[in-house]
Amino acid sequence: MANLELLQTLHGHKGIVWNVAWHPLGTIFASCGEDKTIKLWSKEGQEWTIKTVLVDGHQRTIREVAWSPCGNFLASASFDATTAIWDKKSGQFECNATLEGHENEVKSVAWSPSGQLLATCGRDKSVWVWEVAGEDEYECESVLNAHNQDVKKVAWHPSLDILASASYDNTVKIYKEDPVDNDWTCIATLSSHESTVWSLAFDKTGERLVTCSDDRTVKIWKEYKPDNQEGVIITDKESVWKCVCTLSGYHTRCVYDVAWCHQTGLIATACGDDIIRIFKESEDSDPNAPTFELICTKLNSHSQDVNCVAWNPIGNQELLSSSDDGEIRIWKFSE
Amino acid sequence: MTKIADNVNPHVYEKGSERKTTSAELDEELTDEFDEREIFDLIRNINDPEHPLTLEELRVIEEKNIVVNNKENTVVVNFTPTIPHCSMATLIGLSIRVQLLRALPSRFKVTVVVSEGTHVSEHAVNKQLADKERVAAALENNNLVQIINQCVANVK
Repeated sequence: MANLELLQTLHGHKGIVWNVAWHPLGTIFASCGEDKTIKLWSKEGQEWTIKTVLVDGHQRTIREVAWSPCGNFLASASFDATTAIWDKKSGQFECNATLEGHENEVKSVAWSPSGQLLATCGRDKSVWVWEVAGEDEYECESVLNAHNQDVKKVAWHPSLDILASASYDNTVKIYKEDPVDNDWTCIATLSSHESTVWSLAFDKTGERLVTCSDDRTVKIWKEYKPDNQEGVIITDKESVWKCVCTLSGYHTRCVYDVAWCHQTGLIATACGDDIIRIFKESEDSDPNAPTFELICTKLNSHSQDVNCVAWNPIGNQELLSSSDDGEIRIWKFSE
Repeated sequence: MTKIADNVNPHVYEKGSERKTTSAELDEELTDEFDEREIFDLIRNINDPEHPLTLEELRVIEEKNIVVNNKENTVVVNFTPTIPHCSMATLIGLSIRVQLLRALPSRFKVTVVVSEGTHVSEHAVNKQLADKERVAAALENNNLVQIINQCVANVK
């Protein structure tokens, strides 16, 4: 029987905890929220405790944190319109670069798999791609204005420089760099959700995406490349993304976050009904019309909205969650 | 320059009577669940942003347009802008939301929506009010918080 066992409830933030992010090694994680601080947690014995608190980097809410793939840098996106880059070259974590340019709230930040590119997005409807230009130097490569509303989330493909963004305009967009003129362009628009798309995650192959929305559904999208065997028509030489599965009827309120574990293939969702749900792909699932089963429903996982879920990247089935109730919880999943 | 109100001459309705405290409510031993009338009392005296009148007097809110479900911890408030193109609709909805966020226990999920068919941009206003991230960002804007505080100032 699948179960999500609570390992520990972590207190430390005042107010909403918007986001938690695992360090690539899975031994440290960062959290951020309404109290404008970033906290770094690690395990001492059996207990997770706060190791470092990063303050004074931002003037307003910190919406999201993201570790670089090498684990040496931490980026934080804030409602104060900036993104800060933290590192511990001096021995302790310091903010050594601030990315400015967004007109107002920055909602999300993500590092590309190579660690050479960074993407940010925000309320000003734009997605920015930044290049690491040198020590503590970041240059804006492109400003993408494909969305016509608030952009909620950016996420990179697990191995290629392909970027996805989710928006209040109900769509998801995919971008890549054109090798001819080095210009970033939107190569696909994924339309199917009926309200704000809050979050998205690639599977380990990068050929599938999961998205979650205020319309209370979760959708699985599949990439059909040029000359695909299924006969999906490709115009424009770029892949086509099709919605191949909609998980509806499971969530009773807005779904704020979704995490697709690259080790186990399990999908976790964070919902406004205070519930964490785990979905698993059926064994006889058809790749072109996959089926996912709800295998675990953790009622009252928090006392208020769940904002974020994150699988430990090492694949030990540990799951982090954060909530409006100010708490972070760490869970162990077992089947 | 003073901004001229959207609805210069709104219809003013009479205020309802105050609710009498019952002996059951004073009994500490009894569990007293939230009901529509209590929610109404929490928001009836919110001021209109443009007129020296309360939302009750303008019939922006009415007790019959409030739904409380204690078991599921939900409160739904439908409000009716005085005119279908009222530019203050989002601000009024935000004031109601802020007042209830401050007054109710955190277990409640508060939904504030425009009464169906009473505003030209009903869908856009509702989407904005339901987006907790945008509400959180708005509440970090000091000018806006000041205006909202003025609107909710008369509330007990």
